[in-house]
Amino acid sequence: MNTLFGEKKEGATKIVLKSVDEYPEAPVSLGTTLSNFTGDWRTFIPVIDDEKCVKCYICWKFCPEPAIFIREDGYVGVDYDYCKGCGICANECPTKAITMEKEEK
Amino acid sequence: MEYKPIRKVVSGNYAAAYAVKHARVEVVAAYPITPQTSIIEKIAEFIANDEIENIQYVPVESEHSAMAASIGASATGARAFTATSAQGLALMHEMLHWAAGARLPIVMVDVNRAMAPPWSVWDDQTDSLSQRDTGWMQFYAENNQEVYDGVLMAFKIAETVNLPAMVIESAFILSHTYDVVEMIPQELVDEFLPPRKPLYTLTDFDNPISVGALGTPSDYYEFRYKLAKAMEDAKKVIHEVGKEFGERFGRDYSQMIELYRTEDADFVFMGMGSLMGTVKQAVDLLREEGYKVGAAKVRWFRPFPSEELYELAKNVQAIAVLDRNFSFGQEGILFNEAKGALYNTDAKPLMKNYIVGLGGRDFTVNDVRKIAENMKAIIDKGELDVEVDWYHLKR
Repeated sequence: MNTLFGEKKEGATKIVLKSVDEYPEAPVSLGTTLSNFTGDWRTFIPVIDDEKCVKCYICWKFCPEPAIFIREDGYVGVDYDYCKGCGICANECPTKAITMEKEEK
Repeated sequence: MEYKPIRKVVSGNYAAAYAVKHARVEVVAAYPITPQTSIIEKIAEFIANDEIENIQYVPVESEHSAMAASIGASATGARAFTATSAQGLALMHEMLHWAAGARLPIVMVDVNRAMAPPWSVWDDQTDSLSQRDTGWMQFYAENNQEVYDGVLMAFKIAETVNLPAMVIESAFILSHTYDVVEMIPQELVDEFLPPRKPLYTLTDFDNPISVGALGTPSDYYEFRYKLAKAMEDAKKVIHEVGKEFGERFGRDYSQMIELYRTEDADFVFMGMGSLMGTVKQAVDLLREEGYKVGAAKVRWFRPFPSEELYELAKNVQAIAVLDRNFSFGQEGILFNEAKGALYNTDAKPLMKNYIVGLGGRDFTVNDVRKIAENMKAIIDKGELDVEVDWYHLKR
């Protein structure tokens, strides 16, 4: 399998493919864009309260980007390179474990 | 296993349905439209009678949905098929770009039918040629045998280069006319056409992907180049698969342009689809009458066989391009493409465009004779009378 678009490289904030040969044959990706990380679109940031989280993973299912991931301890984390702050996770969370807070930059 | 063909008397549409069965297609999503309907009716009958295993038939509410469902199925890694005609194909147009752009090897039979208005259900190539720039390969069948063979080869070629392919047959002239078709025993089809190996699948849950993601200006261009290159590479694959088909089953499709009695021809008739059967018969008669003529049947219109056309054009004085289609404001589409392909070469035969058979107008051996007389006069004079000739027009 070719290297997928949006596959995160260590320390990278954005993937830039320099030659046409580096591109995969078909335009498939891990998120809704091919190579752009969408984290810099964000105004609000999701903050997760592990104590309220019941590990239902509804946030993971609803996230339109590959921004929510499941941590080794079973709770969920947020990949801020992809999270564009849309708030769907907070809206869908049945236990209100996710709150959207204004991000200080 | 030795190849012994199974001979059946079938319509062009049934030939397509049998090819779908033998290709072990996994998903068919289609909407009935005249004259395509009997293709999907026959497939539905196969499924109802348990004659095909492991197949899903999706009855959709429009052709746009038929192509959308085919795209979804193909993206999971399944072998997908659909069929349509004319306005139905036009309704699919937007989705055709999605299929090609996502590099999904869907195979579709388009039964050539004239675009309305005036409302028509008869043969005309303008529907499929209107889809020229969608990134689909296009194979034009001359007879029912080529419909059957074409579908089987189209799957193999499409799945090798990861591009979708159309197999195109004439409304009624092929779709509803019965003829002997030599079919291939299932085991031998299976050897020729192994299960599909997709580039990516939506059902690989360990490696989830999204298909149809946003491509910003920094990446879109490269994917268009990849698609263009796949089309170019397809020429070699078409040659190889056509040759292999010939070696296995006795009917050679290695050439994208089939040449008929062109070796010493002064001029040739060039065209696509069922009308070339009439032309070949006319060539035989004209040869008896002393005309040195041949026929050049363009099998694959996309990718366009420029190199083969150049080889032909070097050796003839003139080419009569017979177009059962028209691009308004310009000329016949095959004529336009053929002239364009030769412009930067040193082959410059006289080329004249005859617009024939639109909307199912009868095109006969006698018509070919009249065109031959006209072509001979042009060659003797050394210049064209008119470039585009609306041959049948009631004057």
